[in-house]
Amino acid sequence: MSQMICREVSLGYDGATVASHVSFTVEKGDYLCIVGENGSGKSTLMKTLLRLRQPLEGEIVLGDGIRQSDIGYLPQQSETQKDFPASVMEVVLSGCVGRSDFGFFAKRKNRITAHDNMARLGICSLASRSYSELSGGQQQRTLLARALCATEKILLLDEPVAGLDPHATEELYETIARLNRESGVTILMITHDLGAVMRYANRVLHMSATPTFYSSVEEYRTSMAFPLREGGVS
Amino acid sequence: MKEFFLSLQDYFSYDFVWYALIVGVLVALCAALFGVILVLKRFSFIGDGLSHVAFGALAIAAVMNLTNQMLLVLPVTVLAAVLLLKTGQHTKLKGDAAIAVLSVGALALGYLVMDLFSASANVAGDVCGSLFGSFSILTLSRADLWVCVILSVLVIALFTLFYHRIFAVTFDEDFARAVGVRASVYNLFLAIITAVIIVLAMKLVGSLLISALIVFPALSAMRVCRSFKRVVICSAILATACSAFGILLSLVVSTPVGPTVVAVELATFLIFSLTGKLLRR
Ligand SMILES: Nc1ncnc2c1ncn2[C@@H]1O[C@H](COP(=O)(O)OP(=O)(O)OP(=O)(O)O)[C@@H](O)[C@H]1O
Ligand SMILES: [Mg+2]
Repeated sequence: MSQMICREVSLGYDGATVASHVSFTVEKGDYLCIVGENGSGKSTLMKTLLRLRQPLEGEIVLGDGIRQSDIGYLPQQSETQKDFPASVMEVVLSGCVGRSDFGFFAKRKNRITAHDNMARLGICSLASRSYSELSGGQQQRTLLARALCATEKILLLDEPVAGLDPHATEELYETIARLNRESGVTILMITHDLGAVMRYANRVLHMSATPTFYSSVEEYRTSMAFPLREGGVS
Repeated sequence: MKEFFLSLQDYFSYDFVWYALIVGVLVALCAALFGVILVLKRFSFIGDGLSHVAFGALAIAAVMNLTNQMLLVLPVTVLAAVLLLKTGQHTKLKGDAAIAVLSVGALALGYLVMDLFSASANVAGDVCGSLFGSFSILTLSRADLWVCVILSVLVIALFTLFYHRIFAVTFDEDFARAVGVRASVYNLFLAIITAVIIVLAMKLVGSLLISALIVFPALSAMRVCRSFKRVVICSAILATACSAFGILLSLVVSTPVGPTVVAVELATFLIFSLTGKLLRR
């Protein structure tokens, strides 16, 4: 059974439609990349999947025992968290906030979860550093660890490598791929990096004004929507 | 210096000094804790707007000769808080304009009502008292004390109980909502508690100076502390120390209580800013 089914969904703000007829299904262990131009509604789609917004039309159905709280989220970089006084540990720990933290044992368990996820992403040494003073790559790892504290089932990543240098980009991609391969985390990732799509993803959702295009990576490579085909721009 | 301590010793033998100290410290503590959230959420101006609304409500309550003015002031301020938060969320651009309208409107109406209908001989004095804090902090009854203690303890307990959720919603509201925290409930709760704190703090510093109690401890703490927990603890300590010191100082040198406390907080803020600059070099 599919973890998530999106049927004929229309997205938009205050009645103005941004994208329509978006349909796709997500199976356990999928690595789905969402590509498309700036403003084509990729971030809006993620917010809709997270129920931060309602779809204008269509429906999003969860299955395979997935509940809304099993979907973790790495937001597109925002300026709002700048100069916020928070340590890396506090940020990672805040991923556990959906769980109960009343009582001594729950608190302890949450701290252990946070530690484990920081170890997985190699940021244990940063635990007491100030989040706002980290580099972009370290901040993304911190937010990824936070998302993992919330869930191990589905992660929605909104341009996780934006602003990272090639080395840090590569490392982050490898980390995400490892989570997908070894821990079976389903990944939905927005990216502008077609190379990464070809390398890591098994499915692609191309958002555009012409009907959105959902396919496996192999089909996408040979399709009209693929911008690298016949000298298109990347 | 010796005389200073001698006269302090005298003061401590009076009940009213103890009452003022207890209420002053508790109110400042509550204001500082929630001030951290308000400052970080960029909501400091809501505190300012609400305090003016509270002044307007107080003026009307005074004119109506209500025996218990809280019964009018508290609901009106809470209502204004909820409304302000709602407008702030949906129409980003108009939010601060709405606050400006509400706050000057309430200020002007409050003074007008008092001037037109007040039976008191000294209207200007009354107005000045409720804007900058009167000596009412020194004339607290036992009942006032209990109301204040119970409300403050409740506010502090809520803050500690929901500490982790409060952090998550303040740091990243979208993420918190995505993992199932009902952020709108927390925002409502924030608005109501802010209103309660403002009404409580009016007795101490008057409605124009309340924002100082809310923003100064948080801002001072943020100059030197780099984690949320430390900022919270540091601003709680600062608020306690500054208000206790300010109240005692005002008694000894007989200055108005509110402005003295605020001046002490301002001095602390300057010291902490300087320390922060030096530390970061
Ligand atoms: N809060 C909002 N209110 C109204 N319109 C919005 C809002 N946020 C985004 N939009 C509009 O919705 C459209 C899609 O925005 P979205 O952020 O989903 O694009 P995106 O595909 O993520 O782009 P990018 O690649 O730049 O991140 C844009 O035209 C944008 O102007
Ligand atoms: Mg986007």
